[in-house]
Amino acid sequence: MDLAYTDDEKSFRNTVREFLKEKLSNRLATKVKLGKRLTKQDMEEWHATLNEKGWLAVNWPEEYGGTGWSAVQKHIFDEECWAAGAPRTVPFGLNMLAPVLMKFGSDEQKAHYLPRILDGTDWWCQGYSEPGAGSDLASLRTSAVREGDHYIVNGQKTWTTLGQHADWIFCLVRTSTEGKRQEGISFLLIDMNAPGVTVRPIILIDGEHEVNEIFFDNVKVPVGNLVGEENKGWTYAKYLLTHERTGTANIGNSNAALEKLKAIALEQKKSGKPLSEDPYFAARMAKVEIDLKALKTTNLRILVDADNGAAAGPESSMLKVKGTIIRQELNDLARRALGPYALPFSSEAMEEGYNEEPIGPDYANAVAAKYFNNRKMSIYAGSNEIQREIITKTKLGL
Amino acid sequence: MDFALNDDRRMLAETLERFLSDNYDIEKRHGFAMMDDGFSKQMWEKFAELGIIGALFDEKAGGFGGEGADLMVVFEALGRHLVVEPFLPTLMAGTILAGGGGQEALLEQVINGESAIALAHGEPSSRYELASVSSIAEQSGKEWIINGDKSVVLGGSAATQLVVSARTTGEADSENGISLFLVEATNGVTKRNYSTINGYGAAEIKLENASGILLGEVDHGYELVERAYAAGIVAISVEALGAMHVATDLTVEYTKQRKQFGIPIGKFQALQHRMADMLIELEQMRSSVMNAAGNLDKDRLDREKEVSACKHLVGTIGRQVAEEAIQIHGGMGMTWEYAVGHFAKHIIMIDHVLGDTDHHLERYIALGRNT
Repeated sequence: MDLAYTDDEKSFRNTVREFLKEKLSNRLATKVKLGKRLTKQDMEEWHATLNEKGWLAVNWPEEYGGTGWSAVQKHIFDEECWAAGAPRTVPFGLNMLAPVLMKFGSDEQKAHYLPRILDGTDWWCQGYSEPGAGSDLASLRTSAVREGDHYIVNGQKTWTTLGQHADWIFCLVRTSTEGKRQEGISFLLIDMNAPGVTVRPIILIDGEHEVNEIFFDNVKVPVGNLVGEENKGWTYAKYLLTHERTGTANIGNSNAALEKLKAIALEQKKSGKPLSEDPYFAARMAKVEIDLKALKTTNLRILVDADNGAAAGPESSMLKVKGTIIRQELNDLARRALGPYALPFSSEAMEEGYNEEPIGPDYANAVAAKYFNNRKMSIYAGSNEIQREIITKTKLGL
Repeated sequence: MDFALNDDRRMLAETLERFLSDNYDIEKRHGFAMMDDGFSKQMWEKFAELGIIGALFDEKAGGFGGEGADLMVVFEALGRHLVVEPFLPTLMAGTILAGGGGQEALLEQVINGESAIALAHGEPSSRYELASVSSIAEQSGKEWIINGDKSVVLGGSAATQLVVSARTTGEADSENGISLFLVEATNGVTKRNYSTINGYGAAEIKLENASGILLGEVDHGYELVERAYAAGIVAISVEALGAMHVATDLTVEYTKQRKQFGIPIGKFQALQHRMADMLIELEQMRSSVMNAAGNLDKDRLDREKEVSACKHLVGTIGRQVAEEAIQIHGGMGMTWEYAVGHFAKHIIMIDHVLGDTDHHLERYIALGRNT
């Protein structure tokens, strides 16, 4: 056993750090660190910067233009990006659609769509959840009926993150109502500009427009947009869920949040002394730091095993549950640290150009809003209850 | 022992609940919160007409309530409807006006809904420490001249008169040497108004040679502040309890309606046990609020220990209930459109008002050392 990074890994970390120092604009890093609202352009700008360097598709094999990095390298890259205040990359095309296309898509689909994800031509969003199909995803009802060279799609998707920016949506649709529910689902690529597609915003409790409802009214989709075989979509979606582990544990994200929390606790004063010296608060911070240290190692253990060809199991469910608990605890501590200054909130101050004097410390405005926003983490991508079900069934054999 | 409400209070509770049910749904509430003052002046007048403001004060102060049990009745109903009108600032500033004496005319206006008042006590670096006052008051002839900064003054945005604490002697964190003043929110008072994230009007207030009238005895304001905070904490705690009840009810109801895997999700044991825990904690919360409310008129140490115990639980139970309510609702709990998220937001943010769960745990321990 040797827990130390190798010399190569250390030097890789330096290379990443230098790249970020040179290429990540102060403008973007400041916005991220202050929790300001990122625009579509901000996210595209960062994608383009990474793509220019060949570091956008961290999880892709080299043959498709990915980095081909080891698990440890990916982990280092993730940590450094978060530490520097880089915007997170938009995962829908890169990390959710692309692996499915690589494994199950036709050569034509791969050749067409993958480069367009890299160069930013297409912004993808995910069409899985429906109003009646959340945790029970297999009950989805959006239908695709074959008519000649097309499918006619009718139905509704919901919780579609950043769908307002999207050019394309990859959807799970029902192509058969016979047999088991899971066996009548197909994986379909739909042009968001096609006639009959409507996007309606859903505003979240922090007042932000982040998710949407997508309506399909007799949308014509060419049969060439079917990925893999008809009625095999559930298998493809499940493949993705068990194989997509990088980032699930939110290590880089939580690292950065912990550092930010420490900075706030140093600056906030309680009875004239830094809050970080207060035994109650210091204990709360230490507890979450201890959890994070352990999870960091759990995460690396799982990622290295996967690199070495270990079969996919319920590990990503474990990482998701513990990772979101830790990240949410950090959100909770950050709002706590602010004391009364967690209360004031200005939506305008979330904008980049806002230059009025802040109410309280300049880092305070977004903190409570982020606490509420990140309650989503234990709900999305398979709620933590569903993750525990997966662990119960696959690991405990119950 | 008798835990029941008397007939007068039962009537008050019924009147207020009926009025709020008819006039204060969540959509209207959002509308009131968006108004210039952060609340509806018209609703405030209605509350005054119904005698709800008068219920906050005892007969000596011109009201007809003012006991812990009155606060329980009023604020639980306010919490059930997320009422944004400035009851808490009125109660706290009014408690000091009544305690200091000589402000009967102003109190009458307040009870009639004609004057808006607020307590400007917290400062940018005071966090939750009650004795931390750096603003300075100096006597100049008959009047007092006050300089300093007051932060996160709830109700400060709409207040025409402020009750301001300032130091007249002593160190910046000493309980001795704090005095209280009535200040017109005009000359020498600069307000920066804003809304809190849970929808309540507040202000950062700068006092530059503002003139004030002394309330109570010079240098002995701390005791009045502590009393006002005790009443405020009982009020906001029971308001939190009301909101927690609604959040729990909405959650249980949702799990009966929402079907996944062919059955209502309320049939899943994993969720059932968590909702049962919410209910257990709600009863703990109610008992703790009763402990505090029932000791409001007792000796300082008995009162303050119960007050801190109660506010400590508001922070811990509140977090559990609010987070579970959102989680069990799933995505619906995250939306602006659906009510439960707004209740969760208010419950959580109450932890930042009048001292959070850690502050009151520490204070409870410190008070225990004094017995």
